[in-house]
Amino acid sequence: MTTKRALPRAGAKRATIGYAIACLVLLAGLVLALCVGRYPVSGRDLLDLLAAQFGGGAGGSPAAQAVILSVRGPRVLAGALVGAALAVAGTAFQGLFRNPLVSPDILGASSGAALGAVLGIYFSFNVFGIELLAFAGGLAAVVAVYLLGSAIRARDPVLVLVLAGIVIGSLLGAGVGLVKYLADPYNQLPAMTFWLLGSLAAVNPADLAPLFGPVAAGTIGLLLLRHRMNVMSLGEEEAIALGVPTRLLRVAIIAAATLVTSASVAVAGIIGWIGLVVPHLARALVGPDFARAVPAAALVGGGLLLFIDTLARTAAPIEIPLGILTAAIGTPIFIWLLADVQRSWS
Amino acid sequence: MTLEGRRLAIGHGRHVIGRDIDIVLHPGEAVALLGPNGGGKTTLLKTLIGLIPAHDGEVTIGGRKLTRLSARERARLVAYVPQVHVGTFAFSVETVVLMGRTAHMPLFARPSPSDHDATRAALERLGIAGLAARPYTEISGGERQLVLLARALAQRPRFIVLDEPTANLDFGNQGKVIGEIRALAQTGLGVLFTTHDPNQALRIAARVYLMRHGRCVADGPVQDMLTRERLEAVYDAPIRVLSAAGGTAFLPA
Repeated sequence: MTTKRALPRAGAKRATIGYAIACLVLLAGLVLALCVGRYPVSGRDLLDLLAAQFGGGAGGSPAAQAVILSVRGPRVLAGALVGAALAVAGTAFQGLFRNPLVSPDILGASSGAALGAVLGIYFSFNVFGIELLAFAGGLAAVVAVYLLGSAIRARDPVLVLVLAGIVIGSLLGAGVGLVKYLADPYNQLPAMTFWLLGSLAAVNPADLAPLFGPVAAGTIGLLLLRHRMNVMSLGEEEAIALGVPTRLLRVAIIAAATLVTSASVAVAGIIGWIGLVVPHLARALVGPDFARAVPAAALVGGGLLLFIDTLARTAAPIEIPLGILTAAIGTPIFIWLLADVQRSWS
Repeated sequence: MTLEGRRLAIGHGRHVIGRDIDIVLHPGEAVALLGPNGGGKTTLLKTLIGLIPAHDGEVTIGGRKLTRLSARERARLVAYVPQVHVGTFAFSVETVVLMGRTAHMPLFARPSPSDHDATRAALERLGIAGLAARPYTEISGGERQLVLLARALAQRPRFIVLDEPTANLDFGNQGKVIGEIRALAQTGLGVLFTTHDPNQALRIAARVYLMRHGRCVADGPVQDMLTRERLEAVYDAPIRVLSAAGGTAFLPA
């Protein structure tokens, strides 16, 4: 008998409003990214096209159809996926490492992927080869960090892991520097620089399948584990005492976050700040409970990266690298969040 | 069902700090681990619930070896109340107590209505249902300790172990927490706690283990253990005893 229905869950109303805002951010990002550009598509064309996709209607103007389906569509899809993936991975890592200043590349995923990619460019591989090397580099770096962290027995395994990540990351950074130093300064170096700054410009429909697999698997895994992330964020001892198999869960969260980060970096290059800032925005919207913050981060992350990518495409005659825009936008947001400590993380 | 440690050697890493410790906890009794700082009380506590592996000897719960139990099985039998902490994220009080239900949920599951009911029951039993929506980081130290107690209750264990349950609490909150701990034992839970204050052992516990330099130097009923001679030997300091109609209290002389 459930005669005495529990009081409404704490913060339920605030969370509902927060979710609504998060959904709006994603929706606005999608519409903006699809409509704005060198060939503007009107809202009406977009609706006609959508109607046609789900059977019925003529599908609007053929030009709009071509722009959206073959040019902007794949890029927008990739942007939403990459943004959501980085944000979810960042939220999970901030909980796991009990530190709100952690981002998805804390364990070296980005530096490993960067070394893989610049090596691919150095050896003149094709785009697919570069992406594969970047992906492999990201995974290998995190595996190395994890093995190093496990080999050193310490009372605080999480701290050792973070320190191992910093050490391996700087070594990989030196590797990237060496490859750039050796690279052909006229053909290869600009390509490396451009890739390291992050961009969705090179995304084509063929990229979507390899991106979608790992990103979907990792993101779904993290979404499923979100209820346990609360407990993991209490620290090793308390989590064990509450009955969580911490070793297993730590490996699962790291594996999932690494998968999505490496896949994102492989396709879009290094896009910083999303994984650091969006988790804070999500917590500000729906509260710190990971059960709510993780889905909210996915929505906001996808939407925010679409806004930024649209800006990158349209703000200047040439494309602005994403990494530069995310840093320019992320820094003030982060400073504002820091000043607003109480609400966002402490 | 008892929680029992036999011939335990305890310590962190390779460093052994205590040997030959025998300890037993029965349901429905409150037991204190008393002794000076650095005597190995907290290490023994953590060894008994499997947070630190024993160097030698074994811990059993109801005759089953602790090392053979999964984290989940163990958490359904023993709850741990750590020293009051602030935490990184501003979870609501309700969310913190709900985490006590983790051992009753499958790995990927969301909390069920019965988990929410157990959470609410624990909050109400400790009289803090009104705090449910407040951020855990913004309530007082005494309230935080009650929240951690509620979390342990929501876990529905047979035993509760507490690490310095009244450390860093003001006088009024100490009294409240002491009362609640005593009430837990009266409902049939086995309660074990560490303290460096003999007065607290006196007020809560029925039995006491006196610890010094990693050894259990004496154990027995409170009235036999908490005498001036024994306490002076354990703390290596002179102690005064105040007696009045209401009871006894100890003061460092």
